[in-house]
Amino acid sequence: MTDTAEPLLRIESLHKRFDDNVVLAGASLDVPRGSLVTVLGRSGTGKSVLLKCLAGIVTPDAGLIRFDGKDLDATTRADFRRRCSFLFQSNALFDSLTALENVALPLEQTTNLSDAEIRQRSLEALQQLELDAHHDRYPSQLSGGMQKRLALARAIVTKPELVLFDEPTAGLDPLRRNAVFTMILKYQRQFHFTAVVVTHDLDEALIASDRVALLDGGKMLFEGPPATFTTSTDSIVSSFRDSAAALRESVAALRQTTAVP
Amino acid sequence: MLAALGRPFLRLLGGMGRMAGFTVRSFAAVPKTRRLPRRLVRAIFEQGTRCLPVILIVGIFTGLVLGLQGHYVLNRFGSESLLGALVSLSLVRELGPVLAALMLVGQAGSALAAEIGIQRNSEQIAALETMGVSSEGYLVTPRLLAALIVFPMQTALFVLIGLYGGYLSGSAMLGLEPGVYWSAVEKAVEARDLTECFVKAGTFGLITIAMCSYQGFYAHLGHGTGARAVSAATTRAVVLSCVLVLALDDVITSFLLHR
Repeated sequence: MTDTAEPLLRIESLHKRFDDNVVLAGASLDVPRGSLVTVLGRSGTGKSVLLKCLAGIVTPDAGLIRFDGKDLDATTRADFRRRCSFLFQSNALFDSLTALENVALPLEQTTNLSDAEIRQRSLEALQQLELDAHHDRYPSQLSGGMQKRLALARAIVTKPELVLFDEPTAGLDPLRRNAVFTMILKYQRQFHFTAVVVTHDLDEALIASDRVALLDGGKMLFEGPPATFTTSTDSIVSSFRDSAAALRESVAALRQTTAVP
Repeated sequence: MLAALGRPFLRLLGGMGRMAGFTVRSFAAVPKTRRLPRRLVRAIFEQGTRCLPVILIVGIFTGLVLGLQGHYVLNRFGSESLLGALVSLSLVRELGPVLAALMLVGQAGSALAAEIGIQRNSEQIAALETMGVSSEGYLVTPRLLAALIVFPMQTALFVLIGLYGGYLSGSAMLGLEPGVYWSAVEKAVEARDLTECFVKAGTFGLITIAMCSYQGFYAHLGHGTGARAVSAATTRAVVLSCVLVLALDDVITSFLLHR
């Protein structure tokens, strides 16, 4: 029997390097069942690599990944893939398939459901993401926000227990960032999946997440509830947290020194 | 000196090994690939329809030129009656499989390498892997199986349209009796000629589509990134496929002629 106190996902001392570039140097993280955990960090600190190690796209050099109490290896990886979905930063939608075909793809290729059942479940997923009116459109005919929702519909159609989000708000304006985080939170509550979100959007992460973690220098420098993050006295945590204030101070100082007489 | 010579050779051997492994994995994915017949039909349609116009155009002009040149040469020896034999054997044993394969590489192979390269570039292949779908099985297996059907079919079409081109130039334009032309065709072509034609067509189909898929699939491991990597992979796919067709043609012809 599974211990309910044990996190759904546990990462222990993950290491990954690309040639001389050490990306992960012993990163560890616990993801409790049913929670929304956000991994924060500056650009290029290895957040996406961490997620790709989880998804099996990148093989870690060392370390342990435990999912539902079992170490992930060649035999447990197939089960993990059935129970986990990955939402790519680029959405990774198939541009030659319609919205409905994109959502149906994982069901078609990994289940023995009949064509009618696949169509029904895919249409349901599209309906839940308010995309059913666009089921016959190709990804290129949809707006950026709709593409993001379509990618989420494809991710949840298999009813996963864990969804990994790689920079879901990258390149979006503040309004859209809010909308995407609201969408993730709404569907995470609705479908009861556990979510790991990688982002560098601090404000949204602190509002929406159950737990936050800060990745820097290949290690998790902080892991805990948002309230603790906002009061942490750790120098790196506070420099990341107060980056907007630091920017305001720098700009103010620059304006004073270069003020037009 | 030895190292300078050996390094590219080892790299070539390594590349050949990786491509062989990729092709074997693609065929091994057949039992695991769901809804394969549906994807196979789609791949046959894509490869077949995409190449049909160019096969018809190149086939008719090849036959026309063969008829003209053949008539010119045979006329010198008073043997115009053998024009049908010359055109048919040239097309069936050599020009049909080779030219059809080169046209298919230029049309379907290049498109395939670019398509798979873009899918790699836009993380669609990674997405398949995270879903637990065999990317080789989903993207490559149907294309390889389709090539085994489409290449022989297109080659047969090329030969037939080429024979008609030979008839047009030899009989309709230069006055050779149509009965003489078609009777020479019928007498000249034997079962073993057809075997050679279809063995070549099937082999060329398998090797070239495997090469084009491989180059697209591993576009990210070549030179450059993004669009440049896809463009380089497509160029490599077409050039290497054409070289392979000509080299294999020589090997198969030597093997089958001396059997």
